[in-house]
Amino acid sequence: MSVLVAEGLRKRFGANEAVAGVSLAVEPGEMLALIGPNGAGKSTCFNMLGGQLRPDEGAVRLGGQDVTGMAPRHLAHLGVGRTFQITASFASMTVRENVQTALLAQKRQAWRFWQAADAQHVGLAEGLLARVGMASQAERPAGVLAYGDLKRLELAMALAGDPVLLLMDEPTAGMAPAERAALMALVRGIARDQGVAVLFTEHDMDVVFGQADRVLVLDRGRLIAQGTPEAVRADPRVRAVYLGTAA
Amino acid sequence: MDLIFLQLLTGLAGASTLFLVAAGLTVIFGVTRVVNFSHGSLYMLGAFIAWSLLSRLPREPDYFVLGVLGAAVATAVIGAVLEVVLLRRIYRAPELLQLLATFGVVLVVQDVALWVWGPVDLSLPRPRWLRGAVEIAGLRFPFYDLVLIVVGPAVLGGLLLLFHRTRWGLLVRAATQDRDMVAALGVDQRVLFTSVFALGAGLAGLGGALALPQGSANLNMDLSVIAEAFVVVVVGGMGSLGGAFLAALLIGVLQAFGIALVPKITLVLVFLVMAAVLVVRPHGLLGKPQAMARGEVEALAPIRPAGPALQVLGLVALLAAILAPFVAGPYLLSVLTEAAVAVLFAASLHVMMGPGGMASFGHAAWFGVGAYAAAFAAKGLGAGMAVGLLLAPFAAGALALLVGAFVVRMSGVYLAMLTLAFAQIAWAVAFQWVEVTGGDNGVLGVWPDGWAADKPTMYWLALLLCVGGALVLRRALFAPFGFALRATRDSALRAEAIGLDAHRLRLAAFVLAGAGAGLSGAVFAYAKGSVFPTYMAIPHSVDALVTVLLGGVQTMAGPVVGAVTFTVLQSWLLMGDFWRIKLGLLIIALVLAFPTGIAGAASAVWDRWRGRAA
Ligand SMILES: Nc1ncnc2c1ncn2[C@@H]1O[C@H](COP(=O)(O)OP(=O)(O)O)[C@@H](O)[C@H]1O
Ligand SMILES: [Mg+2]
Repeated sequence: MSVLVAEGLRKRFGANEAVAGVSLAVEPGEMLALIGPNGAGKSTCFNMLGGQLRPDEGAVRLGGQDVTGMAPRHLAHLGVGRTFQITASFASMTVRENVQTALLAQKRQAWRFWQAADAQHVGLAEGLLARVGMASQAERPAGVLAYGDLKRLELAMALAGDPVLLLMDEPTAGMAPAERAALMALVRGIARDQGVAVLFTEHDMDVVFGQADRVLVLDRGRLIAQGTPEAVRADPRVRAVYLGTAA
Repeated sequence: MDLIFLQLLTGLAGASTLFLVAAGLTVIFGVTRVVNFSHGSLYMLGAFIAWSLLSRLPREPDYFVLGVLGAAVATAVIGAVLEVVLLRRIYRAPELLQLLATFGVVLVVQDVALWVWGPVDLSLPRPRWLRGAVEIAGLRFPFYDLVLIVVGPAVLGGLLLLFHRTRWGLLVRAATQDRDMVAALGVDQRVLFTSVFALGAGLAGLGGALALPQGSANLNMDLSVIAEAFVVVVVGGMGSLGGAFLAALLIGVLQAFGIALVPKITLVLVFLVMAAVLVVRPHGLLGKPQAMARGEVEALAPIRPAGPALQVLGLVALLAAILAPFVAGPYLLSVLTEAAVAVLFAASLHVMMGPGGMASFGHAAWFGVGAYAAAFAAKGLGAGMAVGLLLAPFAAGALALLVGAFVVRMSGVYLAMLTLAFAQIAWAVAFQWVEVTGGDNGVLGVWPDGWAADKPTMYWLALLLCVGGALVLRRALFAPFGFALRATRDSALRAEAIGLDAHRLRLAAFVLAGAGAGLSGAVFAYAKGSVFPTYMAIPHSVDALVTVLLGGVQTMAGPVVGAVTFTVLQSWLLMGDFWRIKLGLLIIALVLAFPTGIAGAASAVWDRWRGRAA
């Protein structure tokens, strides 16, 4: 069964229909790329799937359960991990504390008033940081990290909840090309090993075609093509609206 | 029927002056993005100046008009001076410091007014034409009410014309949308800002002058009108003139009927209506969602638990505090008791202001509720001190839960305005509900149990409860709760995405802060043996803010350092006459000296020092 199913999602901002009927499904262990030019509606899709925006129309189902319009914090407890196009982390904490906070939140231990928080889940936090290649930066303040490292930290925080689904909006923006491929290869490994479904956007076509199992192409709020990387790459409509501008 | 109609007229007349004040506040905010706490002071100055002019001029209608306009112009000039001397220097400062600086102005103006006009309420002898009535359709209307009722819409119309039909108005509206664009047009922003501030101040002065014939010029009107104006601006929608007008009508009429029907709870009624409006329309009646910075507090360096050096220092200080009664005289002991109370008062505010990211300008409300709860336990229930000390944090916490349920949704300045409005209402209730609170005379004889009656024991008890309470709060801030709270402040988006309930966490911090302040209030009540409305007055709220800022928002030891420093300042430097002007100038000086925040400055110095040492 699909981990995530979206049917007929629509969202308008004033007169501008940002997403005009998008349906998609992500399978366990699958890397699904959502691509499209700037302003195509990718982030809006992610925000509807992640609960940050309520769709005007359409439905979202997670593991068969209707979660349309559900608040992000409830989705988090159902196993949705999220990274944002514009990174969001806790600047007043160290990298390790960021992950510890995510672990405390996911384990519903945030409402404890007595024990020292920075002694909780130290091992787990360090393990997660090691997985994303951030172990050496664990004690640095999150506020001073380079952009690529913030993206890695976000991934570690998203993984803290043992997600069944990862929603990653431009997870490698701000990274060097080699780093990008390495990070997405890492995500791909996690998807394979743990059966996590991954939906991501990406501007780097080498990364998309190298790591994705399937590709969806969004243009002006509509899906104009989908299929294997090879099929999408060969699709003339995609070449016209998208690759034409990129190439 | 007639009575209802008359009441309605009174309400509409009151709404007009309220609108004038709120309109000025909204116009100033729209362009400068500064919530001007001293706006009520300008209103008060308008009334005092009008009194000085009108009591010297002949009592004829045309001289009356002249006097009122003269007062408005004089206030506008004062406003312009204020903008040039102070406001201009703090446009880029964090909004919390802007609010605080304008509050410094409130304190200064209070003492200046006291010095110039004296402590007595000044009312105007009203000539016959002012007291007259007009007969329309068989009903007699008070003439002056009608004048006021006409002034409100007339000023609204005039302002709309000004903003939509003149080049200056066009520039002001452009500046409201996008400051940099105006700069790009080659317009001198400074002149624009000064003129807008003068206009807003003039409106406040006009309101004060027009309100004079029906009341008096007095030293309490600044804070009472600013609280009402905040309510009007928030209910109407920040930055919307039409919204301010509608809200002023709503609040004015509500107050008039409230005073006629349920005088004791009128103010509470106002607050409830505001709550209702905000639940249905979070941005006010005609307001648009504002892209407003949340109460961001200085640069976010990681908060560290105290290092070994600081811990030793803390222990030594605590030990010294415990041993103090063996060497200190009675006066020093009572100062130390106050310092202990101030520690918990500030630490509780710090919980919501620092890690919670919510600045409160009404923290004294909870302190006062706690103090009155203790007084009620002692005098109403005849119960022992333990009951009062227990009741206080629960009473304050419960009320904080009620108020917080809808205020914590608000962003920075809204939260500051609403907490101030609520505290002002709580103060007014304590002041007016004489049967229960004794009004201005307070509640006397709230003495501790016999075993704690001597000064040293009471001091130790205060130390135990207040410093202990502050340590408990501190512990919670380093516990998962504190991390989660800080997470919601740093990034609400990320906090929600990892499964945290930001609203609940903020509310919990609000309640915790209220309960802590309530306990400190109760301790203070027993230590002093009496409770007065001033415990919850706005200046006391500002004491808490200054204390926290003195110590630094982003350090956990800050509230303690701040409380001791501030108590010392208050006991020696800020004593006697004109303490307000001294405190006000101190606040302004602090803000001007550290425009990026005191803690920010301190940590910058610290980093530089460490950089050199390393
Ligand atoms: N909060 C918003 N309010 C108004 N318009 C928005 C908002 N978010 C996105 N849009 C508009 O929706 C369209 C899609 O934006 P977005 O989903 O961010 O595209 P992408 O992520 O593919 O670049 C754009 O035209 C954008 O301007
Ligand atoms: Mg995007």
